[in-house]
Amino acid sequence: MIIIGEKISIIAKKVREAMNSRDPLPIQELAEAQWKAGAHFIDVNIGPAEERGEELMTWMVQSIQKKVKAPLCLDTTNASALEAGLKAHNNEWGKPLINSTSNDPERFVMLELASKYNSQIIALTVGKGGLPADADDRMVIASEIMARAEELGVPMDDIYLDPLILQVCTTQNQAKHSLNAIKMFGELGMKSVVGLSNISNGVPKQMRSLIDRVYLSLLMYEGLSAAILNPLDKELMDVVKTTDVFLGNTLYADSYLEM
Amino acid sequence: MSFAIPKESYNGRVLALDFGKGGKALMIGGETALPFLAFEGEVPNKPVIAYEIQDSAPDDWPDTLKEIYKDVSGGPVTWAKHCQDKLGAKAIALRLMSTHPDRENRSAADAAKTVKDVLSVINVPLIILGSNNIEKDASVLVAAAEAASGHNCIIGKAQEGNYKTIVAAALAHNHKLIAMSELDINLAKQLNILITQMGFDKSRLVTDPMCSALGYGLEYTYSVMERIRLAGLAQNDATMQPPILGDIGIYVWKTKETTAEESDVPGWGSLKERGIAWEAVSATAMLTAGSNLLIMRHPDAVEAVEKTINELC
Repeated sequence: MIIIGEKISIIAKKVREAMNSRDPLPIQELAEAQWKAGAHFIDVNIGPAEERGEELMTWMVQSIQKKVKAPLCLDTTNASALEAGLKAHNNEWGKPLINSTSNDPERFVMLELASKYNSQIIALTVGKGGLPADADDRMVIASEIMARAEELGVPMDDIYLDPLILQVCTTQNQAKHSLNAIKMFGELGMKSVVGLSNISNGVPKQMRSLIDRVYLSLLMYEGLSAAILNPLDKELMDVVKTTDVFLGNTLYADSYLEM
Repeated sequence: MSFAIPKESYNGRVLALDFGKGGKALMIGGETALPFLAFEGEVPNKPVIAYEIQDSAPDDWPDTLKEIYKDVSGGPVTWAKHCQDKLGAKAIALRLMSTHPDRENRSAADAAKTVKDVLSVINVPLIILGSNNIEKDASVLVAAAEAASGHNCIIGKAQEGNYKTIVAAALAHNHKLIAMSELDINLAKQLNILITQMGFDKSRLVTDPMCSALGYGLEYTYSVMERIRLAGLAQNDATMQPPILGDIGIYVWKTKETTAEESDVPGWGSLKERGIAWEAVSATAMLTAGSNLLIMRHPDAVEAVEKTINELC
């Protein structure tokens, strides 16, 4: 499964301060640590970045790729900052991943950028009119996004459909709907992705890790292609590796957790 | 409508490995496709066959095979030279059988001398094998590795019970290493992991999942080899990407089919041809399962399998 390391986010105080002071070291360290822990992409969440967003994203991309030979997942609602990131991205280790488009007309521009820069893209199966009710709802939105992508010439293989994971503590039914959606995306031949920690938002802190781990295993069983998660959480990564063994994606050996 | 051949493509690549030195050095592995399916990927190197010789008289070999080497098998030096100069061997595999405690139980120092003597008369690459005694092999192969220092040999076999010492010797003297496990793909992977965790680069490993002759469990070996190859290519499992060894001759030439007299089994036809055919067929199966390197005994069987390789590659 493809791991997208989530640690470089404006929400984290240390990262935010480093971004503000343009201090590359803490960001590079986090990027390297995630990469070494098995992340295939490093998520770069700079938030809406209303001021100097283009310069910030360019600086982030260049700083990280100086240290890490991996593609990045560019995460902002600011389209011009995102475009600057795509221009700065070194594609030597893989295409970048845009985070994200959806069925909200304000996010259509992201799909246009994916087409223009030959990038991969995450497509959230939500529209402007509220959250999807169930898996069928998500499928309807997915097919609208796919039709739009086809018009723009974005290959289906470059799209990761995201069912939008909702917190289990307030919308318990949605956990199952999202699992069903992952299965249905796979049956369409489409790739899928989730922001894993959404499932445990709002639950007592000491339970979050367990909830994330068990849900990830179920998602993988349904055919999940990629997950945005914390690769520095060893227990979580051990669940990924163990589930990959159960699913026959990895050959078992006593030391498989060390690989 | 035109027909397009369906093609599989893989993310992984078998690691390329060189052994020997100078103009006669050989390269095996490096492919990105399953055996003989060059149209699906790159197959830069053909499989190689090494002639097996021993450091003591081949008393346990069947007569039809002993007869072939009767003038040269008195000593490993004449035997090695014969294989290289007369039979055109591309590589030689020296099995240090005499060191086995149940045979002559010769010392590690004796083995080292044998290795030196053989190396002094050949210029083709050498594979150095112990007698498959876990304890004894550890000391014998350490001495042999030192004696062969600088010759870029393949030494083995490192097994679960003795790999630490043998890995250290291969590291110290810059040899390639055979990692052997007994017909178990998970143990094969585990041993490769343990060896690389000692700092031995996986690109210097050869995997031996253990062979078996036709009629004596060949399908088990076939299945394990095939799954190793698929794990390396399709799952891009780096621990399963070293080239594979098929040490097949030793298993073939003790079967009933290669030893039973014509008078005992009149329906089985010529004993001489039967043995050659049994080795050639078993070896060819190992190639189709994924072997990059074979160790064989009968020149006619080697010739037949080389012909197959040249026709299919």
